[in-house]
Amino acid sequence: MVGITSFGGYVPRYRLNRMIVFGSMGWLNPVIITNARGEKAVANFDEDAITMAVAAGMDCLRGIDRSGIDAVYFASTTAPYRERQNANIVAGALGAGEQIRTADFSASLKAGTTALLSALEFAAANPGSRAVVCAADCRLGKMASTQEMVFGDGGGAVAVGDDDVIAEYKGCYSVSYDFVDHLRGANTKYDRMWEERWIRDLGYQSFIPEAVNGLCAKYGLSPTDFDKVVYPCYYGGARKKINTMFGEDPSKVQDDMLATVGDTGTAHPLLMLAAALETAQPGQKILLVSFGSGCDAMWFEVTEAIAKMQDGRGVSRWLARRADLDNYQKYLVWRGMAPPELGLRGEVDKETRWSLVWRDRKSILGLWGGKCKACGTQQWPAKRMCVNPDCGAIDQFEPVYLADKGGTIFSYTGDMLAASLNPPAVYGTVSFNGGGRTVLDFTDCTVEDLAVGNPVDFSFRIKFYDPKRDITNYFWKAIPAVEEVK
Amino acid sequence: MAEGIRDKVVILGMGCTKFGERWDKSGGDLLVDALTEALEDAGIEKKDLQAAWLGVHIDEINIGKGGTYASNAMHLPFIPVTRLDNFCASGTEAFRGAAYGVASGAYDIALAIGVEKLKDTGYGGLPDSPAFGQEMVMVGPNATAPGMFAQLATAYAAKHKIPMERVKEAMTHVSWKSHQNGAKNPRAHLRKAVSKEQIAGAPMVAYPLGLFDCCGVSDGAAAAVVCTPEVFKKLKPNEPMVKVKALQIAVSSGEEAAYDRWDGASILTTRAASKRAYEEAGIKDPRKEISMMEVHDCFSITELCTMEDLWISPDGGAPDDILNGFFDLDGQIPCQPDGGLKCFGHPIGASGIRMIFEMYNQLLGRWPEDRAVKNPKFGLTHNLGGVPNNNVCSIAIFGVD
Repeated sequence: MVGITSFGGYVPRYRLNRMIVFGSMGWLNPVIITNARGEKAVANFDEDAITMAVAAGMDCLRGIDRSGIDAVYFASTTAPYRERQNANIVAGALGAGEQIRTADFSASLKAGTTALLSALEFAAANPGSRAVVCAADCRLGKMASTQEMVFGDGGGAVAVGDDDVIAEYKGCYSVSYDFVDHLRGANTKYDRMWEERWIRDLGYQSFIPEAVNGLCAKYGLSPTDFDKVVYPCYYGGARKKINTMFGEDPSKVQDDMLATVGDTGTAHPLLMLAAALETAQPGQKILLVSFGSGCDAMWFEVTEAIAKMQDGRGVSRWLARRADLDNYQKYLVWRGMAPPELGLRGEVDKETRWSLVWRDRKSILGLWGGKCKACGTQQWPAKRMCVNPDCGAIDQFEPVYLADKGGTIFSYTGDMLAASLNPPAVYGTVSFNGGGRTVLDFTDCTVEDLAVGNPVDFSFRIKFYDPKRDITNYFWKAIPAVEEVK
Repeated sequence: MAEGIRDKVVILGMGCTKFGERWDKSGGDLLVDALTEALEDAGIEKKDLQAAWLGVHIDEINIGKGGTYASNAMHLPFIPVTRLDNFCASGTEAFRGAAYGVASGAYDIALAIGVEKLKDTGYGGLPDSPAFGQEMVMVGPNATAPGMFAQLATAYAAKHKIPMERVKEAMTHVSWKSHQNGAKNPRAHLRKAVSKEQIAGAPMVAYPLGLFDCCGVSDGAAAAVVCTPEVFKKLKPNEPMVKVKALQIAVSSGEEAAYDRWDGASILTTRAASKRAYEEAGIKDPRKEISMMEVHDCFSITELCTMEDLWISPDGGAPDDILNGFFDLDGQIPCQPDGGLKCFGHPIGASGIRMIFEMYNQLLGRWPEDRAVKNPKFGLTHNLGGVPNNNVCSIAIFGVD
């Protein structure tokens, strides 16, 4: 039986109340008031599609042995690299091995479900194998646009395989159209959309039913057979209309998180699926539908094994971990929509030496350290010689993946002198659980949130961006440990 | 055990420019000023110099690499000029080079000179540079010097369970004291006494370090001419000799940054270098025997921790000593009698030699009474380069007879 073996979600910490956007930009386009309800999740200045995909993947892979991963698929329409496989960065961060299959899925908002289908087919074709799908998007609308109001940032992840399946994959039905409701050319930063009523009526309201009915016809089902229905559609009216397909019980239809997160693009069906799986019961039928250049409709059936994965992973704890982004200007600066003065330190040219990045890829991407076979000391980085002054053994390391180990704060500061898009730059020394320590940037916190001895998690983030060469570099930062929500 | 450097080298003359925003002078101009004063004090001519060691840290933005710029600027007579960079210990390293050159018998008279022209960088604070190599650029925090040193304070307070308010009170006293002393010093960059309220209430640079917890960025140069006691006696018969008693350098092994043993609240290199320096100088109890010090007060918390790392205050006891006035100008061991980095600023390559300049003149009793240390026997200088978890420490001890 092939199916979902784990799931994960990610919602960035900062939320922008849409009335703040309206208050700042309503003068230009008063009609955005129609979408000015609730809040949207905003990626921190050091987050992008890759980092959020990794965060969702880390959530999904909690407690799962990375050496068993055979494929890592990454889906996004906002991948930072057009040439350089983004999925390999994600795979490296997740601690997957290097003899694996990777692929980027892009260019359509249904790329997330298409990646999931490909992963399921990979698992079906390769018995015993496991694949991970990570989707994330960080889409931009111009100031005072509908997209700016609607879009949110976030990620979703799903692991698939044929062992310990929590939701069996039963079948799918896809439709693909060159239906251009939204588009973004290769050289464009902002999303562009066509007339909204057309998108609503001819898009969502016709393609989603077409895909659902197609699936039902193919497998002899009725739309009302599903216990949980997951699909994105940010038009409230259209959503109500589509919901009628699934019967009388509105609780069957998974909340689209528009009021709390916004539309996260390719990630959205997977993010909503993660939320649905948090409370799914054995035997339930789940319908998952994407939307974008067509639809993928997928049918899953929840197994008894679901209980094992209902351990806090998913979306709830990320939703609970929130902080207000209290001004619109900060949002503009973080998303590169307004250039701030960062002083000379912000202008330092940091060139990336790719041969060095290659040599250190394990410790940079996966925060792999080493455990000395001679004395047992865990350390990062593991270069050639053991750091224990009483040992000093050479080339005796057993690799240790530290990214999911967590740690504690050893010392910290908040630095107003360092160039930062969110000053003060918070950083400090972190002791890894199990031994070793290093100095790391902290993120998703203020100095007041910190104390020596407090627990931290590690989060894969943008380390620095080199605008001269359009290179985004990534590394791990410390964040205050994310509390479980039961 | 090697004999060490004790009493093998003496200072023949010294020079030091006024430190500050020297918009009027280039690095080369400052070198000429420091050299001129040092030669005059030594009573020799430039042609008598047989070798030179030059301390400069941030080379690309002031006098370039190698020794040529300095040699050209001072028109040195085709002698060896060795440029040294060992972070903030560069000045003392240059002095060590010259002293070892003389002690080895290779030269009779050698020059140690250091310079830095930080005000031409355009930065407030030290310029951003990949000081720890490209690998660190990829993974190290987006850090500055105050941020890295500020962590000493959070770790110190946690380790000794001393409330941050108490640590901050002692840090404030450190800066207050340096400003009291610096106000009396015509060569200092900052010459205003400031109140404790002003210091404690200043804007935060890197928590818990406020503006007055940080030393300034400055331009300056300092020079020392060294020779053997025999040469000194020939050149300056019947004059008191300021002798080198100890020169020690310690460099991090890497364990502080990555191994769990370090407490984060002390500087291991200072502990190692000072222990060796006391042994070299024949000092058994530094708290009783050291007469005065110039230490690397890049930040007030650094000076606080250094008092323990130099084995003068007991662990956890520096705040008490500081607040009791132990290190004030009229205390048992005056620390920063010239105002320190706090008031001189920190032209990196020059600072170590500037500190030696202060000890030298104090030992010779040349300063006016209001800032003279009474009957000094041993003067210690200390430089700390790098960051608390990865650094270079230099210790030098001088005595007069």
